[in-house]
Amino acid sequence: MAEKIGVYICGGCDIAAAVNIEGIAASVKNKYGGNCPVIKTDAVLCSPESVARIKADVKENALDAVCLCACSPRVKWDVFAFDVLTERVNIREFCVWSFDKQTSAPDAAKGIDNLTIMAQEYTLMGVVKLTKSSVPDPETLTTNKTILVLGGGFTGLTAALEAAAVGHEVVLVERKAELGGRALGMYKSIPLAPPYTETQDTGIDKLVAAVRGNAKIKALTSSELKSLGGAPGLYTAQIETGGAAHDYAIGAVIVATGWEPQAAEFLAPMGYGSIRNVVTAAEFEAMAKKGAIARPSDGKMPASVAFVLDVGMCLATPEAPREDACANPAEPAEGAEAGPAPYPNTESCKHLAYSSELTSLVALKQAGYLREKNENGLAMIVYDHMMVPGLNERYYKAAQDDPGVMLTKGTVAGLTETANGQIVVNCRDSLLGENIELLCDMVVLPTGMVPTTAHEPTVNLVYRQGPQFPDLGLFDGFADSNYICFPYETRRTGVYAAGCVHQPMTMAQAADDAAGAALKAVQCISSINRGVAVHPRSGDKSYPVFNFVRCTQCKRCTEECPFGALDDDEKGTPKPNPTRCRRCGTCMGACPERVISFDNYNVDQIGTMIREMGVPAKIEEGGPRVLILACENDAYPALDMAAFRKTAWSPYVRFIPVRCLGSVNAIWVADAMSKGIDGVMLLGCKYGDDYQCHFVKGSELCNRRKENIAESLKRLGVEPERVDQYQVSIDEYDRIPALIESFMDMIKEKGPNPFKGY
Amino acid sequence: MANNSILVVGGGFSGITSALEAAEVGYEVFIVEKNPYLGGRVAQLNQYFPKLCPPSCGLEIQFQRIRNNPKVNYFTQAEVTRVTGAPGDYEVTVKLSPRHVNEKCTACGACAEAATTELPCEFDLGLGMRKAAYRPNIFAFPMRYVLTKEACGKDELAKIKASCVYGAIDLDDAPREIKLNVGAVVWATGWKPYDMQRLENLGAGKIGNVISNMQMERLAAPNGPTGGKILRPSDAAEPKRVAFVQCAGSRDENHLNFCSYICCMASLKQATYIRERYPKAQVTIYYIDLRTPGRYDNFMKKVTADENLHLVKGKVAAIVEHAATGDAVVTVENAVTGIKSDERFDLVVLATGMQPSLAGATVAGLHIDEDGFVTSAPGTGMVASGCAKLPLDVMKSAQTATAAALKAIQTVAGR
Repeated sequence: MAEKIGVYICGGCDIAAAVNIEGIAASVKNKYGGNCPVIKTDAVLCSPESVARIKADVKENALDAVCLCACSPRVKWDVFAFDVLTERVNIREFCVWSFDKQTSAPDAAKGIDNLTIMAQEYTLMGVVKLTKSSVPDPETLTTNKTILVLGGGFTGLTAALEAAAVGHEVVLVERKAELGGRALGMYKSIPLAPPYTETQDTGIDKLVAAVRGNAKIKALTSSELKSLGGAPGLYTAQIETGGAAHDYAIGAVIVATGWEPQAAEFLAPMGYGSIRNVVTAAEFEAMAKKGAIARPSDGKMPASVAFVLDVGMCLATPEAPREDACANPAEPAEGAEAGPAPYPNTESCKHLAYSSELTSLVALKQAGYLREKNENGLAMIVYDHMMVPGLNERYYKAAQDDPGVMLTKGTVAGLTETANGQIVVNCRDSLLGENIELLCDMVVLPTGMVPTTAHEPTVNLVYRQGPQFPDLGLFDGFADSNYICFPYETRRTGVYAAGCVHQPMTMAQAADDAAGAALKAVQCISSINRGVAVHPRSGDKSYPVFNFVRCTQCKRCTEECPFGALDDDEKGTPKPNPTRCRRCGTCMGACPERVISFDNYNVDQIGTMIREMGVPAKIEEGGPRVLILACENDAYPALDMAAFRKTAWSPYVRFIPVRCLGSVNAIWVADAMSKGIDGVMLLGCKYGDDYQCHFVKGSELCNRRKENIAESLKRLGVEPERVDQYQVSIDEYDRIPALIESFMDMIKEKGPNPFKGY
Repeated sequence: MANNSILVVGGGFSGITSALEAAEVGYEVFIVEKNPYLGGRVAQLNQYFPKLCPPSCGLEIQFQRIRNNPKVNYFTQAEVTRVTGAPGDYEVTVKLSPRHVNEKCTACGACAEAATTELPCEFDLGLGMRKAAYRPNIFAFPMRYVLTKEACGKDELAKIKASCVYGAIDLDDAPREIKLNVGAVVWATGWKPYDMQRLENLGAGKIGNVISNMQMERLAAPNGPTGGKILRPSDAAEPKRVAFVQCAGSRDENHLNFCSYICCMASLKQATYIRERYPKAQVTIYYIDLRTPGRYDNFMKKVTADENLHLVKGKVAAIVEHAATGDAVVTVENAVTGIKSDERFDLVVLATGMQPSLAGATVAGLHIDEDGFVTSAPGTGMVASGCAKLPLDVMKSAQTATAAALKAIQTVAGR
């Protein structure tokens, strides 16, 4: 807790012209002089001379904190970099640049200087915030540095080699008896490297040999991850090899368990299973690998093969994932011990559509197989959209140059078998005519790729929130990230997916994805060893501290943590796992007993700041008051930008930035309302399927808690509308001031908070 | 001298990502960016597909990471002019162009008010004007003004200088050169929109109401020249009939001999911009193939369910201006029906492709293919990140950028 604070109030950028900064300095001295041995005003605080003076003051007076009342912390951060706790009070953007003179005019006529009142309250809030802050002193842990790679296919092998190449030991787990995965069954690969024009060798043998020959990699075949207990840096992976289980100390995990061919029954509408010579691309690949392309009906080399990529007939009923797939005995039900709840199987016909890039490329490749094996053969490719984005266009072009490959857009309406085992493919809207019939010896239908996580937990976490990634349903089973900008971020710290379990992708893309995931795993271990958080609060040294004496085992923190950081014991006492934690403070917001705090962010701190808000006894004299708790990642920058655009907003609101709306504790709202504050606005990120919350669930959870708050307010006779949450994006700098205005209008209409004056 | 720091050429999304991912393992990184701000192409976008979320949301997190990490160094208005040496030991020459505004700038805006000269705004791709003293954009990082000194006369410069009470205007600022010693170089030089002037049959950039897809992003962006209103440039009218011409330059051996990966999704996204603003507007997309790979299928299905959106498979042969109205007349042959027709639109968006920024460049020690993509083999100390390597969307750029960071670390680790 800061005890010797230097307070500096800048007069630059029109501040001194608009605000009585000497008056503010006097009020700080008056109220908190004991804590603030240095209180100064300054013409230009960011000037090199002033910054040097602050540094000298810190030394001379042994200050343990500085409170800089000037511009937004989003600017001049490099100038105001000191070795002590630093609080930036944003009186330029949030007061001077956004001051609504018009609304303040009646008050000004009465001699009430709303702008100075506001700047003064923010300054005092900054000071008390520092008195409730201390420098976090994280434990530095001695952690496991070994990286666990799940899956010994192309992606897993690549990831293992990439991690080993920066000095990490790797344990690689492969279920099958051999390394190599799906690539082992491939005859050849689509292009893996520039110039992306030619079918090439998969290179899987070399990759397997490299892994086998790497002393840093322990490759366990015929093995399975039974459980992954603990936390990043401190995992214990129980791995079963040939019936015997061993424990391995693991730091971070790369999930590269890949994909499974989609159940062929999804292709039944196109004749698979009923027309003899309709095969899947997976079956065709196996034939090529074996050396002979043969029609199932007579074992003869086909003269013409249609590769049908338009699978609209199979997508006609896109909903309803198969309920029965888990029970389907076609796949050996490994690890399918009867758990508490059946695993939500997400395999559906959608996976056929999601695989479109791969199925298009595979058709081009396999057309080449036919041409290679049968020089007079004719390959026909019927597509809706040739899904070969990017540089693979070059591969498509190369196929077009082969006179034995015929390509057409077309909508396939039906397939029928002729008496001699040939197939007629009926196409509409083709480039060759409105309705055409293609006669061929064989039809190859695409094989959809289904991520392993669509069928089973795969990572088998021993977490209170369950063994699997929690958001698989959002991504139809893929272990994907919902962040466009941060493709490796999921709700499970230290576990990074790569390859086709992550997203449908080519092997060329998987090579990059494997390297990326390997870096994230390395980075996670490195961050833990330095005692700092990983994304998005990278480098943050704070962590939640639990005062268990007052814990009532209500389990809210363990249930609500978006990252599953908390387990619990038999009694329900939470067991924190700091290395799983992302420091959002959702647990702190959840706790009704307020037992969770951070050194530099806590319930008492924000509560004390709220108490610094002055509430005029009467709305008519000095206006109403509204507290706005704003997400510091999106709403706060948006307000900054609104101020940059000189957009004004009500002088009766006070902002307090929060790490995430998830960290908002209901007591803050209750305190504000019982203090006579007329309303509370919560500004946070969008939630729902396309959530923008950087902590995934924060704004959604806050909204849920708000419903409870509304109930409590109603019981007390306070209109629940006085507390409301708004979903705002960082670029809504034009909308937010308007939101504030309409909220203020509502408050005006409702009149004063009934608790005012109590 | 062996060195374990990493140079990242380009401060767009890929470059920032490569730099941060390496710095957060503890390596010192230097970002060299030619614009006066970081963020690159994505900073100009209104929204990302498929979430329709603002790019500044992710950039803000990246900038926070930069603020909090002393290992990240960056230079703006900077260009790499020379790289010599070998993996583990490169000497890089960086040319710094004068900003004429020094670190004392508080971003108060007085210089912009004092300036009178207006220039076409680069950030808005020429759709709007900016002052000679200007803030590159509302979200600029670093938040510091820039002065285009050569555009102003003596008197104006004197006024601008006098307007700044902080002494931030530096009229003597001159080009400088600095040398950096690094162990590896990440090329994250990104892409530029294919030049419309080269698309002669599509109006060669001379038809007022034929704009590029990047210009459409600026029109839709709240910080754009129209404040997010999509108005056609010739007369600021609200467009009622809008066409998107796919593969404007892409998939064409006379222009870009590859597919630019993002344009189909970008046009579908931009169709939502129009439909959201103008509930009665009709939108037509002319395409060869609608390339919406992977789970983008969901977005494609959602957007194309709109009955005011029309998809026509066909290559646009020509666009001419309708003299009386400023409309654009599009000549197109429907590839399925074979019917050739002329269609009039209020506004036409050319889905111009991505040309690698390095197209036509030569850099010693770096392999660049004939299209301009970096093909250097990993392990050479020179590694490509994002669209310098191949055309990609943002998510996949971030994946390659993270991978590139690891490759760079592998080169410098232990040195």
